[in-house]
Amino acid sequence: MTTPISSPGGLPILTILIFSPLVAAAVAMLLRSERLLKAWTLAFTTGAAIFSFALYAGFDIRTAEFQFRETAAWIPALNIRYDVGIDGLSLLLVLLSTLVMPICVLVSWRAITVRVKEFMVSLLVMETAMLGIFCALDFILFFVFWEAMLIPMALLIGVWGGPRKIYAALKFFIYTMAGSVMLLVAILALYFWDPNHRTFSIPELMGRNYGVSFQCWVFLAFALSFAIKVPMVPFHTWLPAAHVEAPTAGSVLLASILLKMGAYGFLRLCLPVTPHATHVFMPWVLGFSVAAILYGGLASLAQSDMKKIVAYSSVAHMGFVTLGTFALFLWGPGSSGGFLSDAMDPRGMGLEGAILQMVNHGVTAGALFICVGFAYERLHSRELSDAAGLGKRMPIYAFFLGAFCLSSMAFPGTNNFIGEFLTLAAGFKVSTWMVLCIVPGIVIAAAYNLRMLQTVAYGGTANPAHEGIRDLSAREILSLAPLFALVVWVGLNPAPFARVLHATVAHLLEQVRAGAPFSP
Amino acid sequence: MIPAFLPELVLLGGALVLFAISLGNGRAVLARRAVLFVSLATLAASAAALGETSTLFSGAYRVDAFSQVLKLTLSAGFVLVVLAGGRLPDIRVDVHPEYHFFLTTSVTGLVMLVSCVELITLVVALELASFPLYLMVPMRRERPGQRVQMESAIKYILFGVAANGVMFFGMSYLFGLTGTTSIPGIMAKLAGATGASPAGSDALPLGVSPWAIAGLSLMFCGIYYKLAVFPFHFWAPDVYQGASNETAALISSLPKVGAVAVLARFASLAPPEHATLAQVFVLLSAASMFYGNLVALVQTDLKRLLGFSSIAHAGYALLGFVALDADGLRAALYYIAGYLVMILAAFTVASRVSRDGTNVAIQDLSGLHRRSPLLALTLLVSMFALAGVPPFVGFTGKLTLLSAALANGHLTLVILAVLNSAIAIYYYLGVVREAFFRDASDVSPIPLDFPTRLLCVLLVALIVALGVAPEAVLARLSAAVTALGLVGG
Repeated sequence: MTTPISSPGGLPILTILIFSPLVAAAVAMLLRSERLLKAWTLAFTTGAAIFSFALYAGFDIRTAEFQFRETAAWIPALNIRYDVGIDGLSLLLVLLSTLVMPICVLVSWRAITVRVKEFMVSLLVMETAMLGIFCALDFILFFVFWEAMLIPMALLIGVWGGPRKIYAALKFFIYTMAGSVMLLVAILALYFWDPNHRTFSIPELMGRNYGVSFQCWVFLAFALSFAIKVPMVPFHTWLPAAHVEAPTAGSVLLASILLKMGAYGFLRLCLPVTPHATHVFMPWVLGFSVAAILYGGLASLAQSDMKKIVAYSSVAHMGFVTLGTFALFLWGPGSSGGFLSDAMDPRGMGLEGAILQMVNHGVTAGALFICVGFAYERLHSRELSDAAGLGKRMPIYAFFLGAFCLSSMAFPGTNNFIGEFLTLAAGFKVSTWMVLCIVPGIVIAAAYNLRMLQTVAYGGTANPAHEGIRDLSAREILSLAPLFALVVWVGLNPAPFARVLHATVAHLLEQVRAGAPFSP
Repeated sequence: MIPAFLPELVLLGGALVLFAISLGNGRAVLARRAVLFVSLATLAASAAALGETSTLFSGAYRVDAFSQVLKLTLSAGFVLVVLAGGRLPDIRVDVHPEYHFFLTTSVTGLVMLVSCVELITLVVALELASFPLYLMVPMRRERPGQRVQMESAIKYILFGVAANGVMFFGMSYLFGLTGTTSIPGIMAKLAGATGASPAGSDALPLGVSPWAIAGLSLMFCGIYYKLAVFPFHFWAPDVYQGASNETAALISSLPKVGAVAVLARFASLAPPEHATLAQVFVLLSAASMFYGNLVALVQTDLKRLLGFSSIAHAGYALLGFVALDADGLRAALYYIAGYLVMILAAFTVASRVSRDGTNVAIQDLSGLHRRSPLLALTLLVSMFALAGVPPFVGFTGKLTLLSAALANGHLTLVILAVLNSAIAIYYYLGVVREAFFRDASDVSPIPLDFPTRLLCVLLVALIVALGVAPEAVLARLSAAVTALGLVGG
């Protein structure tokens, strides 16, 4: 560590944000009382969430440069640096991560009864790994966080999970680990590409004039690990198992943050580092995205377990994210006067839509998993039929579930509408036929969401098993309220969220255009 | 002014004291205290002698940056092994002093081994390190119907002697070619023009003649045996299984460091411009990785599993030799030093979970996180480290190895290595599954004494620290490898 950490504001905000959860975890290990432990974790994660808004406040929306950059030598012998920084894309995901953490603690308050200390420590270690992934600008640093995140997540599923937790935890771990071994080879190949300037720095490895076949191999190695994480359709089978068996907080983390890591990988690494290969594989990824939207929707419609309904709907929603990411049309009119604000380049619609959709899905799917978790705590069953008519006993619950189901089906005025609209608009520019194929997927989304909402809120006659069930407590309302606020806020006024993306997306488009194989 | 060979002196003195202790009866506790003191004194002596350089015994014995950093590693490992041994529950109490005496003698051999730059001295040191191990394996307590330790010991000796024979044969070739047994002398002759080469061509250095290649390849076999590289691995799983937990911890850790060190010395003889030796390394590395990992998948005994995994790890370590350059050797040394800590952590858990020294089946680990959270954490860290998951030393070590191999264009081997990481994760995760995810009927807590708790914390801290902040170690190892004076620069 020879070079000192340099940060424009003087205070190394990102380093504090990334590593303070580890300190908090060390403190948590010393606490004896369970109540104190929970209170400490909640207080810390809330404090971190508030602290992270310093990033939004200090963020300069005019530049696509990485901000709050801190860099220092880490392992000079191997040319590895500690290098963190954020742009608009990472900013939103960092904020989403810090926001989700206190909610995870809140929903675990009563649900976790054994080994509470280890649970909270795992959550805090997860926070470090998640934030690290979104901030890392050195490939090895990125990879370290990428893999280190597996250990606490596997523990969350495997120790505190449901009946088939062992199967789910192993499948999750092995799938993700196996997917990312080639990522390491690709990283090393990029490192050795230029013998005169070997570097692991992500920004420096962008925009290099790699050969086409080299790009394609690197893209495939990247795409395999990211596609497993997203998950794209042929690689999604770990997801239902992991979601269903994980405790509620684990499901929320998986849905809200972990799936975003795959999409983040595509946007941060595949597009700018291998732009030519991105064009080569664009039709394939778009095809898989359409398949994910249709298959995820149909699979969701066929489930009777509420957690599986939400899990498969995640597959479909993430299909929109990859669709928006790869629906690239680069040489259309770049006039001002877009849908969201004057500053937006309409050619960046798909990318902005994809990024907003990442946040939206994080909010909505996380909230739906929490709703299912609350029902499970009361009924000890996740079967949709057992929950039929629950809304009669729990009006507040029914209200929240209704709001999130509407959001999940992209009802106008909710957050998902904005994201899906943008991605589909970009999709139209690429291929009308493709979007026509997606239309049934949108109808199916309405079907499975309304089916769940209808059954829970209005379904069935008075169920004797529901006697004595109480509506949501203040703690439970508190855990859903911020997510509900975001659903409405993004739905009605997406500008504060989209604003930070314009410069980043314009720069990303420029990078992809520069590396494209053809020009008009 | 301290003598350059202070660690060796301390060890020899300690061995003599332990020999004296072993002459009386009922001195097990005294011997245990003495060996702990000797190991700590050796560590202090190695640290004090870290910067020494000297050449002794007419150039047969060299104290340089290479030898001293390895002596420090070995003596640190010695302390850890003594702590991991604990009270030696599976060794008859009346032979405890002898056991400790042999342990010290073996470490003395290893510490001398890394300084030897002359073939005959080197062979003597190698045998000094090996023979006590042959004796320690059958010292395990006999149980009704269990004499597997005898079978293991016989296998260990027979394979060892056979491999040594092959090694001597290779050495005789080198001596015949160069007329000297000094490693720097051989190096100079092999790098020089082929005056006396039987092949007769005058443009190529002697080192690339078939005779030199054959001699070097055969000489390496003795080291492959120590490292348990496929196809010299047959003893490893059986010896791990047959020896007591504490002996297996020793055999799996310290001799591997010595073996990699000697292999690094020998590899500095190999001309990098000649591809044959590199190809042999590539083949052995790939075969070891696949064989060890695939067979480990079906193991049910924890020590046997670690035995097969050690074969795979020997394959990873060989990745550092395929390039025959400084970066590769440094990576191999760093990896094996990390492996020392990781495997000792795994064996510490095995020996503490075991009931009065019996072997531990993987199933016996179930519910460990309830029975002893600290042991479970140590096991978790060691398994994920062995699997190569960041931020532990297993990952950083593998990264340096892969990067060194890829720098020389061994893309296929690198891809095979990462595929093996993916295979290996399954059985390491199987161990973690038992310890953390499976709920056991037996939840009786495992009491740990203070040295064990200290050892566990120390091992976990080392695994993390070596993985996250390897810069100081890598810089030292760079200096060490430079001291080898590679042919290729």
